[in-house]
Amino acid sequence: MSNRAKQPPLDRATIAQFGPSRAYAAEIRVDAGVEPDKTVKTHCCFCGQQCGLQLKVKDNTILGIEPWYEFPFNRGMLCPKGVKRYLQQGHPDRLLHAYEKSSESASGFRELSYERAISRVAEAIERIQTEHGRDAFAVLSGASLTTEKTYLMGKFAHMCLRTANIDYNGRLCMVSAAAGNKKAFGIDRAANPWTDILEAEVVLVAGANVAECAPITTDYIWRARDRGAKVIVVDPRLTPIARTCDLFLPVKPGRDTALFSGILQLMIKNDWLDHDFIAKKTVGFEALARSVEEWTPRRTAEVTGVSEAAIRRAAEWWGKAETSFLMHARGIEHHSHGVMNVLSAINIVLASGRIGRPGCGYATITGQANGQGGREHGQKCDQLPGGRDLANPEHRAYVAEVWGIEPEHLPQPGVDAYEIMRKAHAGEIRGLLSICFNPVVSLPDNNFVRAALQKLDFFVAIDFFLSETARYADVVLPGSLQEEDEGTVTQVEGRIVRINKAVEPPADARQDWRIIQDIAKSLGRERGLTFDSVEEIFEELRVASRGGVSDYSGVTYARIEEHFGVFWPCRSDALDGAPQPTPRGTPRLFEPGSYNPVAKGSGPFYFEDGKARFNLTPHHDPKEDTDEEYPIILTTGRVVSQFLSGNQTRRIGPLVDHYPEPKVEIHPRLAARLDIVDGDWTTVESRRGSCTLRASVLRTIRPDTVFIPYHWGGRKSANQLTISAQDPISKIPEYKVCAVRVHKAEAAPEYSDKLEPQQ
Amino acid sequence: MTVPETLEFFVDPGRCIGCQSCVQACAECDTHKGQSMIQLDYLDRAHSTQTVPVVCMHCESPTCAEVCPADAIKRTEDGVVQTARKPRCIACNNCVLACPFGVPKMSTRVNLMMKCDMCYDRTSVGLKPMCASVCPSQALAFATRAEMARLRPGARPVNAFQFGAQTIRTKVNMMVPDEPSCEIVDVTSAMFEPTIGHDILDTVFEGDENEHE
Repeated sequence: MSNRAKQPPLDRATIAQFGPSRAYAAEIRVDAGVEPDKTVKTHCCFCGQQCGLQLKVKDNTILGIEPWYEFPFNRGMLCPKGVKRYLQQGHPDRLLHAYEKSSESASGFRELSYERAISRVAEAIERIQTEHGRDAFAVLSGASLTTEKTYLMGKFAHMCLRTANIDYNGRLCMVSAAAGNKKAFGIDRAANPWTDILEAEVVLVAGANVAECAPITTDYIWRARDRGAKVIVVDPRLTPIARTCDLFLPVKPGRDTALFSGILQLMIKNDWLDHDFIAKKTVGFEALARSVEEWTPRRTAEVTGVSEAAIRRAAEWWGKAETSFLMHARGIEHHSHGVMNVLSAINIVLASGRIGRPGCGYATITGQANGQGGREHGQKCDQLPGGRDLANPEHRAYVAEVWGIEPEHLPQPGVDAYEIMRKAHAGEIRGLLSICFNPVVSLPDNNFVRAALQKLDFFVAIDFFLSETARYADVVLPGSLQEEDEGTVTQVEGRIVRINKAVEPPADARQDWRIIQDIAKSLGRERGLTFDSVEEIFEELRVASRGGVSDYSGVTYARIEEHFGVFWPCRSDALDGAPQPTPRGTPRLFEPGSYNPVAKGSGPFYFEDGKARFNLTPHHDPKEDTDEEYPIILTTGRVVSQFLSGNQTRRIGPLVDHYPEPKVEIHPRLAARLDIVDGDWTTVESRRGSCTLRASVLRTIRPDTVFIPYHWGGRKSANQLTISAQDPISKIPEYKVCAVRVHKAEAAPEYSDKLEPQQ
Repeated sequence: MTVPETLEFFVDPGRCIGCQSCVQACAECDTHKGQSMIQLDYLDRAHSTQTVPVVCMHCESPTCAEVCPADAIKRTEDGVVQTARKPRCIACNNCVLACPFGVPKMSTRVNLMMKCDMCYDRTSVGLKPMCASVCPSQALAFATRAEMARLRPGARPVNAFQFGAQTIRTKVNMMVPDEPSCEIVDVTSAMFEPTIGHDILDTVFEGDENEHE
């Protein structure tokens, strides 16, 4: 099949009605005489940093933001997305009613009543589950939802629909880090509060474009640097945080395990190890030490593409430091061996013994708003609330009791988000409900994803804007924006914070949890889904998580507000032999002498013996390496002005104007070979699709690699090119490496004079 | 209430990450909502991600005011140079052309020169300006001189600038590094590229490789 035949449609008529269009501040929002009725303390609706901010509200309209200086994490600081987030509210594209697919309407959709839409959804679920079995109806959820909603989504799938097939968009985000952390530490959470960064002598940032994806963290790193810390950055691109770092390791995409193994080899050779910690607090070091012997500096340099001298220097700085903080993000996690990359990074932390103390830290930088809380309470395909396992009989029994059902009525673990698409494509899954997920933009090889959605008998999307994915829905239900509901989210440090409601949902739009409960009621299966308030959901979640690793039982809304957030685990009462829990929870994990419910006092880590695990991390090349036909590496990522699939940020005018359209970044050496100059229309092709964008020729990327940010849909989508290879353990897709060829385009692409930049 | 004497504005381009949070936040200021008075540009994107925010430097003897034929631009007692007075401004563009920092903007929509007034509505009641409040890397900071000296030991504030024969003293400070480093790090500098004999490092990162062999 030719790539051209598979090109996504331009969808101009749908876009004309539903956007994305750009909103700017106007009317009462620019009227200096208008005083707000109230200001609401809450948090940003975008990334996992969850910066505190205040929304200024007048007549159910958010006028703008006011910094919240007292909130300790960001102290008033915000990135441009946080400053302009208010423009998503009252937006002309906002879904005010339910819609159903209609061939008679130019846009492809016609309005219908909310009640009728709910019964259409319930009828379809009933029919599909009766005809094809319960698992034939799948649910896709998201980690930008509040923890209460994610808990409810898991309960809805597992107890009401009794389908095995629920998964979430954290599958594209947090799962490699989560799996790696569970294997090494027995718990999946950033080990330290961010204030520990300030005390570190060495800060190692691997695969994290901190300045653009977690901007507030820049301040922590640079304050550490001002206090004398050395900053090491591992990235194939010289990102803004790398510009002033002390040591830059321009790793070839997909070779992170080799780099960390090479650093560990030098730490062992030079005896830069904490022998006491290794002996008393860990297991598995000897086998690992033998396995990394082969990673000499020379071989590491050959595989990683980083100079030998730079590798030696990184190992020496890291090895000799008294305190340190290692942080990583999707750059090392979005790989077919993402878990190995994470484990290899953790290995150099454990070998140094620098964890569980002030200034000694390790963390993955959570991506989505509730990337942490959203992966703890049962919307992952193998999970139950409290970080419990759906396959574990004891865990099933506990949650079944809380929910008042028999354990055997809980389904067994289902499949991951991409596998749900494959099963839809294969006809095994016939119906789908999605919320807070835009897979047509965000999943790799998205030409396949569109084809899969088109094969469904019935697809319902809950959203506040008609996302690229919702364009394929049979029914669209108008959900709620973050500012239209309350609840909690858990941010990057494991700190649970309060989202406060600022405005009411407009017209027929409803709070998402009410929509889910309305569907359950229409199905006649509302038992357990009859909550009257968000806090009521949270109170049940506290009980359901009690005794689990992700224990929220001691967390209350009042405590969160009193302490500017509570760090889980936070137990409600003292367990046998355990010290009394503190009201702020557990800011720092793994402190010497700390208690946890798995080790029960035998050690600080979450295994029965209380010891952390070293893991063997053999190096594997990426699934699709370069060859003669496709000789260049494509890597993907983000820009600061856009968030995730852009369903929100591509509608906020000032953010669109900042970086209107995706460009392909090319090193001048490669550009010269391809006869491409800055600004040229350039076609990037993989075995799965092709994409024509303007070239940005710059020296801040490896010459063997090109980069495209992924936030756009349709023919501008980088994920037309990416590969759906997945990590065997975490099932994260390999967004960060695939093979492409690049050439100057013969002509401007068709979209260039038909669509606006954000469309 | 006036701006507390001790709080000053600092621009520290070394910390700028180009996120444009300041540009976006400036447009949230009540006196010019929807319009930003800050310019933020890449120096040379082809070579570096270095960006620089340009805010009004609030000169002691503002060139914009000196060249204004209508005497429309006023400086407050505490040294804040304000947007042109609406009844006086004749939209002649003299200030736009004369400012050595390129700050004033002509709003053709309302025929008025507009510029940063250091968030007078905020700073006059003890709040930080919007841009320095939100800046995620604190490249724009509003703090005391002593705080800055303590927090940024490697840099010092400068507030005198030479433009030809003209010396300009400003209320706003520019942080300059004690030990200037003009080196631009190219990605390829730290790469292992045996095919072109390019396994270099020592020229890029200070120190001697041999010391830790």
